[in-house]
Amino acid sequence: MTMARARTAPAAFSARRVGAMVLRYFYLLRGSWPRVAELIYWPTMQVILWGFITQFFMTHSTWLAQAGGVLIAGVLLWDVLFRSQLGVAVSFLEEVWARNVGQLFVTPLQPYELMLSLACMSLLRTLIGTLPAALLAIPLYAFSIFTLGLPLLAFFVVLVIFGWSMGLAVSGCIMRYGLGAESLAWLAIFALAPLAGIYYPIATLPHWLQPVAWALPMSYVFEGMRAIMIQHLFRGDLILEGLALDALYLILGAATFLGFFRIARRRGLLLQMGE
Amino acid sequence: MPATDIPQAVVRLERLSKRFGAVTAVDDVSFTLAAGTTVALLGGNGAGKTTTISILLGLLLPTAGTVEVLGEDMLRHRHRVLHRINFSSPYVEMPKRLTPLENLTVYGHLYGVPNVRRRIEALAEELMLTPFLKRATGTLSAGQRSRVALAKALVNEPELLLLDELTASLDPDTADWVRSFLERYRARTGATVLLASHNMAEVERLAGDVLMMRAGRIVDRGAPSDLIARYGRRSLEEVFLDIARAASEEAAE
Repeated sequence: MTMARARTAPAAFSARRVGAMVLRYFYLLRGSWPRVAELIYWPTMQVILWGFITQFFMTHSTWLAQAGGVLIAGVLLWDVLFRSQLGVAVSFLEEVWARNVGQLFVTPLQPYELMLSLACMSLLRTLIGTLPAALLAIPLYAFSIFTLGLPLLAFFVVLVIFGWSMGLAVSGCIMRYGLGAESLAWLAIFALAPLAGIYYPIATLPHWLQPVAWALPMSYVFEGMRAIMIQHLFRGDLILEGLALDALYLILGAATFLGFFRIARRRGLLLQMGE
Repeated sequence: MPATDIPQAVVRLERLSKRFGAVTAVDDVSFTLAAGTTVALLGGNGAGKTTTISILLGLLLPTAGTVEVLGEDMLRHRHRVLHRINFSSPYVEMPKRLTPLENLTVYGHLYGVPNVRRRIEALAEELMLTPFLKRATGTLSAGQRSRVALAKALVNEPELLLLDELTASLDPDTADWVRSFLERYRARTGATVLLASHNMAEVERLAGDVLMMRAGRIVDRGAPSDLIARYGRRSLEEVFLDIARAASEEAAE
């Protein structure tokens, strides 16, 4: 049997190759229920914890009494960002742990196709992780984040894109520095958490720190969320500014990944990558 | 490109060098591989075999030199030919948690294989993978895993096959089976094979041409029988030892 050979050069971009990588990560999730359970576990625990904290503060804080769900909404949206970043970085780490990076890059797979597949998988993992937690908050605390309506979709988009940017930068660092940089996948995003205004307005931060906070897309999301929940005001300007910053960070994240990919090729790191 | 336009030299390396800081892993290497030949790359540990293969695959960028594979400049247009190449090496593995069927499906799509399911069925039959096609790859024996790795290396029916330590860690029976399979594959498809190995009997059996590497350089080239005659030895292993020991003596001086 001789297979008909495709002599023509493959397309520079192939949705089929992106799909193949998504399929590879899907197989991995399908074959491991602890992975799926772990995705759901942390966001659910966070919502339960912050739900009780909210109930307590509702009777002790006039600010919080204005909008009871603001802490739960904050934790859910923060988890969208965290899961999105983790979705990219952990999917890439799966290749490193499996010593599969070298195999992948001798196929026609292009680095940007891998990046796109990591982004697709991140989206899937984020939805698997955060949807059950969001649904659980409805019967437990009579709070539905879906009452935010269409702005919720805009918040989700801004956060997911920033998560991809961070995830790509972290994956690039892992490609360059190996598994020594593995913990960045879990730690990097938390360095930004105090600046994001998840649970408090950006104005709470010291004056000198506020410009740094406003340089991060997620700060616009959390301010926008409070504007809707407390002032019943949709701030489209915040969404647009968040999206503009997202575009910048996505370019930086992708450039970091591609830059480290090139360094890895120059230093011969791709074939050695693994445990 | 029509099939008749296959360039005579499937691989053409010219003045290839790779330095890692002060260490020169490949030093001014030039060679060509003619279409349909099986060529072995021999040398001791650190001779530069894996580095050369990594450069050929585009996984590693050379410090100097040019690399042409199937008529394309690998440094600039590797994506144009990667679907016509494949490789197998013990230094990389198939994802262990996926089954061979899942792994081959993913790689079949990555290589743009036209009918992936049919291709996997054919490979499963040829390489006797069917009984464990749906078991996690990590639970398979070394012999079964090497057959799966070979199936992955052949999933796109490559015109150029790069094999690094093909039968390392296999028992003699399985290793012999793998060599026989490779001989049949090459005879049927006319593929060009570059084989890096430490197993001299394997090289004598499979390769018509041998490139001897030492300290990053090609120090000799010829058919196994010609090399044996030229060095006045009885086997390729003795030739290998002559060359490797000469390297040790050079280093001592």
